[in-house]
Amino acid sequence: MNVHEYQAKELMREFGISVLGGQVATTADEAMKAAEALGGSVWVVKAQIHAGGRGKGGGVKIAKSLDEVKAHAESILGMNLITHQTGPEGKEVGKVFVEQGCDIDHEYYVGIVLDRNTSKITFMASSEGGVEIEKVAEETPEKIIKASVDPSVGFSPYIGRKLAYAIGLKGDSVKKAVKFFEGLYNMYIAKDCSIAEINPLVSTKDGDIIALDAKINFDDNALMRHPEIEALRDVTEESSQELDAAKYGLSYISLDGNIGCLVNGAGLAMGTMDIITLKGGSPANFLDVGGSANKEAVEKAFSIILEDKNVKAIMVNIFGGIMKCDIIAEGVVAAAKSLELKVPLVVRLEGTNVAIGKKILNDSGLKITAADGLDDAATKAVAAAEGKEV
Amino acid sequence: MRPQKRLQQLKARRYRGAILINRDTKLFTVGYTGKQGTFHSLQSKDYGTQFVGGVTPGKGGVMHEGHPVFNSTAECVDKTGADAAMIFVPPPFAADAIMECVDAEVPLIVAITEGIPINDMVKVKAAVQNSKSRLIGPNCPGLITPGECKIGIMPGHIHMPGRVGVISRSGTLTYEAVYQLTQREIGQSTCVGIGGDPVNGTNFIDVLKLFNADPDTDAVIMIGEIGGSAETDAAKWIQDNMKKPVVSFIAGASAPKGKRMGHAGAIISGGDDTAESKFRVLEECGICVARSPAELGQKVEEVLKQ
Repeated sequence: MNVHEYQAKELMREFGISVLGGQVATTADEAMKAAEALGGSVWVVKAQIHAGGRGKGGGVKIAKSLDEVKAHAESILGMNLITHQTGPEGKEVGKVFVEQGCDIDHEYYVGIVLDRNTSKITFMASSEGGVEIEKVAEETPEKIIKASVDPSVGFSPYIGRKLAYAIGLKGDSVKKAVKFFEGLYNMYIAKDCSIAEINPLVSTKDGDIIALDAKINFDDNALMRHPEIEALRDVTEESSQELDAAKYGLSYISLDGNIGCLVNGAGLAMGTMDIITLKGGSPANFLDVGGSANKEAVEKAFSIILEDKNVKAIMVNIFGGIMKCDIIAEGVVAAAKSLELKVPLVVRLEGTNVAIGKKILNDSGLKITAADGLDDAATKAVAAAEGKEV
Repeated sequence: MRPQKRLQQLKARRYRGAILINRDTKLFTVGYTGKQGTFHSLQSKDYGTQFVGGVTPGKGGVMHEGHPVFNSTAECVDKTGADAAMIFVPPPFAADAIMECVDAEVPLIVAITEGIPINDMVKVKAAVQNSKSRLIGPNCPGLITPGECKIGIMPGHIHMPGRVGVISRSGTLTYEAVYQLTQREIGQSTCVGIGGDPVNGTNFIDVLKLFNADPDTDAVIMIGEIGGSAETDAAKWIQDNMKKPVVSFIAGASAPKGKRMGHAGAIISGGDDTAESKFRVLEECGICVARSPAELGQKVEEVLKQ
């Protein structure tokens, strides 16, 4: 799960991580009042959307007077912000974060992620901050310093010193950076983050170490023990279909194609998309019904697939293990009847209770194209989406 | 009998296609009395696995579906001589259940549970690495040696004893591969689902080593996914060490960047973890690549003929 910058920074403050003073606003007047309350003579007005690259897209602006704060807030609020992470359709801005300015001396990068090779929580730091870190990793990998944390010991100050010295900090700034890194690690563990990325991390002319931006993601599997994080969820930032699907235990991701897919298991769901693509078709979605779906969940899956008006055919690919074929078949029949299915439906069933499942489909009187094996199913689905008789 | 001693004895005796489990394996289930735990324990038993009982704290001392229930893993191991655990405990308590098995020195722990917090697994993994146990999973279908022993949720009837090993990050995609091998009457030696999470107890290379040393495995199917570098690391290991042909498919060639495709581990984050770049490395390392999941059986047939 993703949160906004202002939410991430509130959380960081709880862990003693130094951030600048700031307030969130939904109107230009509120933004101006926020700036007044914060004091100072320079402010930054930042669009709050769940995507990086906001500055380049015109979503981050510096103001040197309260009037300028208001003017910037007016232009940013309601704008359709397009960045390299939003896709070409962009994202409407509903909130701005008004933050105090600061006197930047140098921009750094620090991030915490899981290193999958070592299965350890790992720091990455660089003297090259404020730019895309992927680019730094590609062009000058030696400028990225890694340090992993032993899970049985937790954060140890030497890790912080190692990073701080390696990125070129000196004197008191090193101590401040160590404290910063420790706070960030503590938050990462306590709140079950999956990414905690500060880019840029800055040193100021006064020697302070401060987070200018913050991107914090949380492990979806751990949200059950963090209702306080779940409460930060901004549903306007997430696809309503994906959220709707999740309520039924379905894992759904919308894609650009025209063949709707209903599959059990994430690997097979991806494999189904892949084979459709190999056959010259284009999948409309990823949809994993999971292992414990009931008839209602299967019906729901169908209705979500059909909400996508691009869908010209549906391919059901079930290899029953935990999931039983008869349950899927009942759901398919119920959905086809209640939703008055108009697009061709290709069904491939295999595994647990396959005979009962096939009988349910045959007895339903529905026009269903049965497929024999994965290859046959994909071939038929692609042909059906092209309007051919199958 | 101490589980370690039992494992040594097992290693001394050879069975067909016996990596990790065989007809002598004694299985118990943690979370046995739950709905899923009960169902799949009995399914494993029906398949022919020696199922000896289960653990559900607070329900010790009763019989459940004909098998004893214990309050603790240590007691279960002590009373039954079990040497393999199957974990069906819900995600918030699963790490605890695995650790209890590690503490009881259970040689093989198979965690079926999906949705365990990643930071829990980071700690568990470190503990398992310094222990006498091997962990398979979590978020996996389990493993099966056809005709001898099934530990997990896979449908037993699609399998057939044979001489091809299967390793996979995905459950249902494994069934797909297995089904193709059975249809072609090739069969499987052992099938191991290592799970779809970013932190798992056993990786591709661990299982490849076992298949490489197993005289009853002639070839291996390796099924991977987008995300991480487990497949490319395995490919390099195969190039340097593997004496047997490997056929491989990577799921997710059509997946968009930055979207988690169901599995916590299946997300393209850098540039090197796309299906395309993994296919490329696999091919460079001399592995027979199937671009379509429907071609796995056919490709195995081809490499076995060579």
